Amino acid sequence: MAVTVSPERDVIATPVQRAVREAFYAGAIALGLFVLFIGLKTGQNISNELVLTTRWGLLAAVVIATAVGRFLYVAYGQPFLASQKIADVATGLLPDSVAMRFFRLPYFIAALVIAALLLVLASSLDGLLGPGLAGYARFVRALAIIYALASVLFYFRAFIHAHFSALGIAALALYPIIVVVSLALYGGSIAAGFQGSLKWVDNFGIQILIYVMLAWGLNIVVGLAGLLDLGYVAFYAVGAYAYALLGTQYGLSFWILLPAAGAMAAFWGVLLGFPVLRLRGDYLAIVTLAFGEIIRLVLINWREVTNGSAGISGIPKVTFFGLMTFNVSDPNYIAKVLNIATSSAYYKIFLYYLILGLCLLTAFVTVRLRRMPVGRAWEALREDEIACRSLGINTTTTKLTAFATGAMFGGFAGSFFAARQGFVSPESFVFLESAIILAIVVLGGMGSLVGIAVAALVMIGGTEVLRELDFLKQVFGPDFTPELYRMLLFGMAMVIVMLWKPRGFVGSREPTAFLKERRAVSGSFTKEGHG
Amino acid sequence: MAGTTLLDIRGVQTYYGNIRALNGVDVTVKQGEIVALIGANGAGKSTLMMTIFGAPRARAGTITFAGTDITQLPTHEIARMRIAQSPEGRRIFPRMTVMENLQMGASLDNLEHYDEDVEKVFTLFPRLKERIAQRGGTLSGGEQQMLSIGRALMARPKLLLLDEPSLGLAPLIVKQIFDAIRELNRTQGLTVFLVEQNAFGALKLATRGYVMVNGNVTMSGTGKELLANPEVRAAYLEGGHH
Repeated sequence: MAVTVSPERDVIATPVQRAVREAFYAGAIALGLFVLFIGLKTGQNISNELVLTTRWGLLAAVVIATAVGRFLYVAYGQPFLASQKIADVATGLLPDSVAMRFFRLPYFIAALVIAALLLVLASSLDGLLGPGLAGYARFVRALAIIYALASVLFYFRAFIHAHFSALGIAALALYPIIVVVSLALYGGSIAAGFQGSLKWVDNFGIQILIYVMLAWGLNIVVGLAGLLDLGYVAFYAVGAYAYALLGTQYGLSFWILLPAAGAMAAFWGVLLGFPVLRLRGDYLAIVTLAFGEIIRLVLINWREVTNGSAGISGIPKVTFFGLMTFNVSDPNYIAKVLNIATSSAYYKIFLYYLILGLCLLTAFVTVRLRRMPVGRAWEALREDEIACRSLGINTTTTKLTAFATGAMFGGFAGSFFAARQGFVSPESFVFLESAIILAIVVLGGMGSLVGIAVAALVMIGGTEVLRELDFLKQVFGPDFTPELYRMLLFGMAMVIVMLWKPRGFVGSREPTAFLKERRAVSGSFTKEGHG
Repeated sequence: MAGTTLLDIRGVQTYYGNIRALNGVDVTVKQGEIVALIGANGAGKSTLMMTIFGAPRARAGTITFAGTDITQLPTHEIARMRIAQSPEGRRIFPRMTVMENLQMGASLDNLEHYDEDVEKVFTLFPRLKERIAQRGGTLSGGEQQMLSIGRALMARPKLLLLDEPSLGLAPLIVKQIFDAIRELNRTQGLTVFLVEQNAFGALKLATRGYVMVNGNVTMSGTGKELLANPEVRAAYLEGGHH
């Protein structure tokens, strides 16, 4: 909301005067915008008549919030940002960055002390403060822990930046162990550790990794080959139903059906690829969107095979490579074989490592393919199709291999999904899923594996975290369900990321050809809008 | 070796839908020659260039390369017969580095020459070596043209097709590019077929030239003959040479 003011007035006005003026304008604009949106609410009464309720209080709150926000930004935010760019006359140095000032040793120690104190008092918080205040105290504790962890990350930022992939893989490999051990310590017994780990390993770990894998698979089609695919979820569905049907009907093992599901999805990828060979960009997007819907509608309507919208249940669990199973009734149940306590957590932890392995396979294949002729041809195809043809690249096979490879990983993820849920229905494969996967690829920075993994963590982990934010109920009342707002937050996050980082979290592309030494090329070298 | 016919275009007709762009064109390129095709905007020069590559395909006539009929071959197979092209508008890969662009040009069957070929391109265009890790899209127009020619050379072509290499470039850069083409032809005996609007520069460079008007070849002769021809001078050179 840039308000143009004549330069003479601007020179005279101090930031505060200017802020008052602009706050007034912003408030007026907000009033004009929201008077009908928020000020009035239409509803129906019992006899179906239109009732107009006025909400002047809420309107006033919104307008005042806008005006105050604008005032603070103009009066303090803008001068602060400007001061960041002015070097000290005496030393010639720019002021410390905001991050340097935000993460300081005294603050770090304070955060540690607060976190430790509140952790020690954890069980007696309710008694000391009452349930309402205890909620806030737990929130403060969470903030302190997050701040302390962020400080540590900030301190080691150069090291982390240099070894990001290796550290990330190590953290992912250790994650279930850390969760179980810390929960066992917290709960006082190993059984409590395993029981408590269910949520963290399943809802967070497995859920996020499935999306990481799907997004990495789609990345081959969209990020590398530049073919905009809005129906990727179809391959996910093909993989899931392949395992669900063949597993329940013929009792085949997951380890046979995993490659079979991948092959089947790849076959469907080629089938989709043929008719769309000549299409690009928006036309391709529409056809792939339709393809995704066709698959879903077939799954709903072909009742004899797919059981329609009721779905398929009782899908067999994955076995431990045929040696042990995770069914309590089986003679070779893992707890009986290893002589340990029965727990459903073993299966989840096993699934976690399984999906982690599948993710790493996807990443490995992608990284290797990028250095091979077919991967380079994909990237060249994204850049310029005509140039590709004149260089002797067969664009037909290049496109089909991109579709097939991407679809294959979607199929792997699908069969894993079916094994994990034990139940599939067409409802899991709606367009929204395709959109979310595509959003992760775009937010992460098309083509960048690390960026996409971070985007999946933020997007999927973020929506899961929303379920945990119980303290919000204390702010907005007990009826408040944060999950309902996840799509709103999702959209807001996308707009913000695209405004600040139009190329995604990791916008730079790692070159694959070198003469002698390796040099990274920054995304800022190129102008926006290419590819 | 010189004197044998490398590329032979006979009676080629090309259509865009129902519109005929080439009305039976005959052009011959012999081993070791630089042949220039000049003509005004819309004469069909670039269409001929693309027709050699099979996109669009000739509806009548034959195109023979080194004794093989390539009229009906798919584009990528034509390229694998060692015909390389620097297409109109350069068409380098903007987000890929200079090195990656060159790598894309290298054909897969002769990768043992890869390092040697890269060095050759950098000897010819030292500017590219300075920009080696830079993205194609950030190069200047002249550098992009050099990259486009360099990428085509990576395929070790028997015939190099150049579509308007001087397009939109400063006269000094045009001279550098033309010098490089002459150098390639003299030292390596590379056969070049060149489409140009810059008739003066192209005909000075060329062994032989063709003039194209409205989809027909109207004149042909050595570069010197065409430069001296009053009709050519009137249509393409007077007041127009830069």
